[in-house]
Amino acid sequence: MENLLEIKDLNVIYKTDEAIVHALNGFTLSVKKGETLGLVGETGAGKTTMCLSTLRLLPDQVGEVVSGSIKYRNIDILKASKKEMLKLRGAEISMIFQDPMSGLNPVMRVGDQIKEVLNLHFPDMSPKDKDARVDEVLTLVGITPERKDQFPHQFSGGMKQRVVIAMALVAEPKLLLADEPTTALDVTIQAQILALMRELKEKFDSAMVLVTHDLGIVAEFCESVAVAYAGEIVESGTIEQVFARDKNHPYTKGLFNCIPDLTSTAPRLTPIPGYMANPRDLPKGCKFANRCAHCTEKCMAAVPEMQEVAPGHFIKCNLFEKGASGQ
Amino acid sequence: MRKGREKKMSNTASKKISTSNRKGQMKQVWFRFRKNKLAMIGLVVITILILACLSASLYIPYEKVYTQSIRDAFIPPFSEGHIFGTDQFGRDLFARIMYGGRISLFAGLVTIGIAFVMGIILGGSAGFFGGKTDTIIMRFCDILMSVPGILLSMTIVAALGQGLGKMLIAMSVSLIPRQARTVRAAVLTLRGQEFVEAARCYGTRNSTIIFRHIIPNVMGPLIIGVMSGIGGQILQIASLGFLGIGIAPPTPEWGTIISENQSNILFYPYLGLVPGLFIMVAVLSLNFIGDGLRDALDPKQKN
Amino acid sequence: MIKYTLRRILLMIPVIIGITFLVHFILMISPGDPAQMIVGPEATLEDIEMKRHELGLDQPQVVQYLKYMWNALHGDFGTSWFQSFNVMTEFSHRLPYTLRLGFLAIIWAVALGIPLGVISAVRHNTIVDYALTVLSLILVSAPAFWIGMMYQVFFSLNLRWLPASGASTWRHYILPALSLGGGVFATNCRTTRTWLLDTLRSDFVRTARAKGNKEVTVVFKHALRNSLLPIITQIGVNFSIIMGGSVITETVYAFPGIGSYLINAVKAKDVPIVMASILVVAVIVGITNLVVDLMYAVVDPRVQLGGK
Repeated sequence: MENLLEIKDLNVIYKTDEAIVHALNGFTLSVKKGETLGLVGETGAGKTTMCLSTLRLLPDQVGEVVSGSIKYRNIDILKASKKEMLKLRGAEISMIFQDPMSGLNPVMRVGDQIKEVLNLHFPDMSPKDKDARVDEVLTLVGITPERKDQFPHQFSGGMKQRVVIAMALVAEPKLLLADEPTTALDVTIQAQILALMRELKEKFDSAMVLVTHDLGIVAEFCESVAVAYAGEIVESGTIEQVFARDKNHPYTKGLFNCIPDLTSTAPRLTPIPGYMANPRDLPKGCKFANRCAHCTEKCMAAVPEMQEVAPGHFIKCNLFEKGASGQ
Repeated sequence: MRKGREKKMSNTASKKISTSNRKGQMKQVWFRFRKNKLAMIGLVVITILILACLSASLYIPYEKVYTQSIRDAFIPPFSEGHIFGTDQFGRDLFARIMYGGRISLFAGLVTIGIAFVMGIILGGSAGFFGGKTDTIIMRFCDILMSVPGILLSMTIVAALGQGLGKMLIAMSVSLIPRQARTVRAAVLTLRGQEFVEAARCYGTRNSTIIFRHIIPNVMGPLIIGVMSGIGGQILQIASLGFLGIGIAPPTPEWGTIISENQSNILFYPYLGLVPGLFIMVAVLSLNFIGDGLRDALDPKQKN
Repeated sequence: MIKYTLRRILLMIPVIIGITFLVHFILMISPGDPAQMIVGPEATLEDIEMKRHELGLDQPQVVQYLKYMWNALHGDFGTSWFQSFNVMTEFSHRLPYTLRLGFLAIIWAVALGIPLGVISAVRHNTIVDYALTVLSLILVSAPAFWIGMMYQVFFSLNLRWLPASGASTWRHYILPALSLGGGVFATNCRTTRTWLLDTLRSDFVRTARAKGNKEVTVVFKHALRNSLLPIITQIGVNFSIIMGGSVITETVYAFPGIGSYLINAVKAKDVPIVMASILVVAVIVGITNLVVDLMYAVVDPRVQLGGK
């Protein structure tokens, strides 16, 4: 199947007063049409930066793409004109942000905030049709259309996130970037929202990048998965390949060890030792080297190559080098 | 007994953490402040200005401030012996400005100091104790704030009569309510926060909560307020001087110097220009420092 | 809304009583016998005593205060002690000048300060932004009376464009309004910049951008309206500053308003004039604050009046 989004070797930095933060370092990722991809990684792995780069919404004067390319269908995002970007945002690619509490304009009625997307991308639609469409999409996310004249502060967190989702889906985008859409919500509501998103995604035939740090969610809702660490993808593959747990990047393995396994008799979970590499001062070689049990001198010397261990299953680790014994 | 030991432990632990944190914090604040060029320029300029005014008696004989001589009236600036020229009575402008700066700068610092302390006491107790204390203090502040500060100061000075001490009182009175409000607002926000509740749960005494947990945390906004306030106070003092109800002439003070030359400024502009520039440079430096401190103490706000 | 407004007006009453009583108290307990000052140094003790009785100065301060307020409620602000004219009549002549000047000052300060603040924020860290920052820093750091004098020297004396004092034509208003509004303009510019920059970094603005809004729409439709709240608060404070500043500006430009009148009264301790000025100013400031709070409710749907 063809790739909808292709990010190649992306390097993004944030310039702060104190230092330069290397947020993405050779980040490579592709999303197929209609696919749900889980993007996993801990805080600071560059997940949000990747989403923002794709929309070219990195903070002004601070965030900067140094090199690499982002291709959406046949459009080169990094070279596209401002006008082209305005047409993409919200219509072709939309994003659901992490915190629903602050993501809505507090002084605008929620219905108007949803309708704004239609006004921007469907200028020919009649006002009546627009209203009908807003009602429809609100009903889809489980909000009665009567509430469209209310303001965000009158909604609970879960309801706000539904509004945000409605807003992201109203234009039926081809690609949905969901940046930890449920992290700020209660567990019970999490499942509801995710189920809803899957349903809507299937209805509109969109592709989705689901950013999360919860492997459980990935296993449940995604078809493929990519693991990000310190601004790069260290492993990617289908759910079956990665969750089979026979060939994994040491970091992915570490993540799996952090999940309680009811069948195991181990008395405690095994956390990954140490901290993530400092993005202001990155090591020359593999960024996971200092926390890795299998670290060799080679790992310290240069960034490992991406290895294809099975068709479509990639691991960026010297352990899986062609000709090497594996583990 | 167990309870007592736990309390002691938690106290020493929290002390350790908070002092080491504070040291690190001060260092960080200083580090960020030092990177701010304007703030550093401000700091250097105001330090030089203060030192120059304080040591004025070392390089300008005191008589020069008051010695009148009609023969020497209106000597233009950059003349020999009178770098800023002389006024209508032939008094040396440079001498008057340097000696006048003592009063202007000193009075600015003192009024802010009074308002700072009173603000913490009044605003702190209003915010911390709430209830009647709060109502009484805040209603009183409302009353004092119902007219512009300078009108209130003016009226008080007029009633009490001229003089440095009286002026300081008058200026502080109009400043205290604002300061008290800032402190109260900060304390109210803090009072509801988890770490204060946690301290309360350990059975920490009120005074400990106030001095160890609340005051260090309201210091940020307070210091910012004070630093940006000093400049305003210097301007207020000058304004009172200009209106003729501040420091009584012939005692020099920056505002008074401009005021006593007002009738001649149209023909001898330097008589107004020079003392005005001194006020401006002093206040500008203090504002730079204030801005720098704000950015350093609260880097989130920085733009 | 009406209920809230009425309640606020009722709450203004104790504050106004408080400030007038305080000012009266300070003026009356301060040293110096006004009666003696009025009748002059050559008057006999009897003359002084008579004057004192005439002005009611032989009564306790509280009684005098109550009498004054009672009369004021009936529109009688008394007669100036030193110049024998009716305070009310004098005020009705002078107040329009002060109000006109004040409005002019605040209008230009807001109408220029806020848009320039917006430009400063949108183009932050550019030359425009730096230039505006320097200009506003100078305006808040230099004493208002000094700036006023420098305007006189420059625009009236050197360029001969505008009159330096008086208030007989509209051209007389330009320089005073310019210097009176300067500080407020600067603070408006600075706070608008700060608040807008802050809002422009918030999550919902990012959402607005992600929808495909143009930057202009993002700034004006989404960000600015959310920054309006602190800006409105600022305007309330502005009013108070302008009322205080008019004393200085009117003195510099020999402008025939309340301010220049008040300063002479304060110096002479002419109690009826001082009391009337404080009363008028406190009412004006109180009403402005009320209007500002009402505007809050219009701008921000989260504000529920009377809820607190």
